[in-house]
Amino acid sequence: MNEIKTNRQTYRPIIKKAANHIVLTVLAFIFLIPFLGMVLTSLKPETEVLLLPIRIFGSRLAMENYQRAWTFFPFGQFLFNSVFIALCTSLVAVITSSMSGYAFSRLHFRGRDLLFTMYLGTLMIPQQVTVIPLFIIMRRFGWYDTYAAMVLPVGFTAFGTFLMRQFLLTIPYEIEDAARIDGCGAVESFIRIILPMAKSSIATLLIFTFINSWKSFLWPLIITGSDRVKTLPLGIYMFNGQYGTDWSGLMSAASIAIIPSFLVFILFQKYLVKGITMTGLGGR
Amino acid sequence: MQLGKNQRNMLTAVGFLSPNIIGFMLFTAIPVVQSLIISLYDWPTFGERKFIGLQNYIDLFTKDPLFPKVMGNTSIYVFCYVALNIVLALAMALWLTNIRRGEKLYRSVFFLPQVTPIVATGMIWKWLFLPKYGIINNFLGIFGVPDINWLGTTGTAMSAIIIMSVWQGFGYNMIIFIAGLYAIPESQIEAARIDGAGKWQVFIKIKLPLISPSIFFAIVMTVISSFQVFDQTMIMTAGGPANATNTLVLYLYNNAFTYLKMGYAAAMAWVLFAIIMIFTLLQMRLQKDFVTYE
Repeated sequence: MNEIKTNRQTYRPIIKKAANHIVLTVLAFIFLIPFLGMVLTSLKPETEVLLLPIRIFGSRLAMENYQRAWTFFPFGQFLFNSVFIALCTSLVAVITSSMSGYAFSRLHFRGRDLLFTMYLGTLMIPQQVTVIPLFIIMRRFGWYDTYAAMVLPVGFTAFGTFLMRQFLLTIPYEIEDAARIDGCGAVESFIRIILPMAKSSIATLLIFTFINSWKSFLWPLIITGSDRVKTLPLGIYMFNGQYGTDWSGLMSAASIAIIPSFLVFILFQKYLVKGITMTGLGGR
Repeated sequence: MQLGKNQRNMLTAVGFLSPNIIGFMLFTAIPVVQSLIISLYDWPTFGERKFIGLQNYIDLFTKDPLFPKVMGNTSIYVFCYVALNIVLALAMALWLTNIRRGEKLYRSVFFLPQVTPIVATGMIWKWLFLPKYGIINNFLGIFGVPDINWLGTTGTAMSAIIIMSVWQGFGYNMIIFIAGLYAIPESQIEAARIDGAGKWQVFIKIKLPLISPSIFFAIVMTVISSFQVFDQTMIMTAGGPANATNTLVLYLYNNAFTYLKMGYAAAMAWVLFAIIMIFTLLQMRLQKDFVTYE
């Protein structure tokens, strides 16, 4: 009797743990159904998508859906644009934000804190406030429907400045002081000492900007007209209007748009989590 | 010419700041001011502009029958979305920090939708919500629930949008809460346990107060970002049926770029801005009064 009791006591935490993991795994599976459904539907023949009862697999692997999606809109062009615009935006954000973040955290000049407070204040400005005048300005510049309009208004961010400043504040001053004594100027010490130490926060900003640009919908919708600079979300949106949606084609396009997000996420999760916990702002 | 130390410092600072500041002035500061000016005009995309003072704002609140409806929809969305998001994020964060082992894997799964384009996930959910053929209706059918046209019925469309949005978004706050919970010193929880506190008591008396700054911050930020909901409603319902899911930014977008009433849309943007300002100020005030810090 006594022995059984001790057995129970030793096993109970293990059983509880196992139960937790089973329930969580089931939940995670249910949570992923939209993505699983997407991939499975993208592989079903078009005629089998809307069949009852619902089947998990089609009668064969219908790779022609991907071909159809590829020609439904200029897929190659849109894919290139998505990648190109996301890369350029990230590059602009990283260069300008690390410079301004450096100034706000490690240089001493009059009015610094006031200026930074103003920067912080603008973090609260919703994109929609600037979207209308930006549209007008871009047209006046002759930038409507260009890469410049897709990249530049998004690349200069107060958020990036904020993130870089927060991080650079954590680098001990002694390191830079030593270099300064050796005759290093601000520019040199920024490039030689600070930037290499800020690698992980640069990566964080890079990934945030890349993902935000990749997801972006409202601004591209407004500022593009032709197919020349359109991005994947706009291509997927094109499936929306047609009568009797081509679901398997749509799911193929969605898969291609979503898989790079997954890859970026799996590879750089660490940085994303760091950025979120440090600022709580980016990528909402 | 020799420059003084202060001048030299200033010059370096200007050099470092100017790229960002020029872009910032051009693409944020000037547009903000301009948008205020536009909101005081009858400003069609093409054709003659006319200064009309506050008329756009007056029209919004007195003449436009759709604006109160849109504000109501947006408020319902914000309230339900934020409540569900925070509760779910907190519950999952507590659960995952308790099991610890494998926490990272589950965390990744629940965060995953956050990095994907809402245009894509919105279309997927449109498919999940399909009447007759959709997975959701077929699942509910097992329990004898009759077929529901989720996105095509005024009573259910907003719920469907909220469900999809919570799925998409709660992982973000979950990550914030997990970080907050891990930051609680183990010794404090241990001490409470030794004093005989149960799990529930540990949560109420120790964990909750200690992560209240994160929760508070998350609520305010989620309120602010959810007032700007656009992608979901644009893609899944285009505001329909009968404007049941027409939200502030969608209505703003349509006014500016479909009806080409830029001035009117700019006024709406400033109403949105005002709402967000109120929540921001509220945060700053309340943070001082209510939130417990370590």
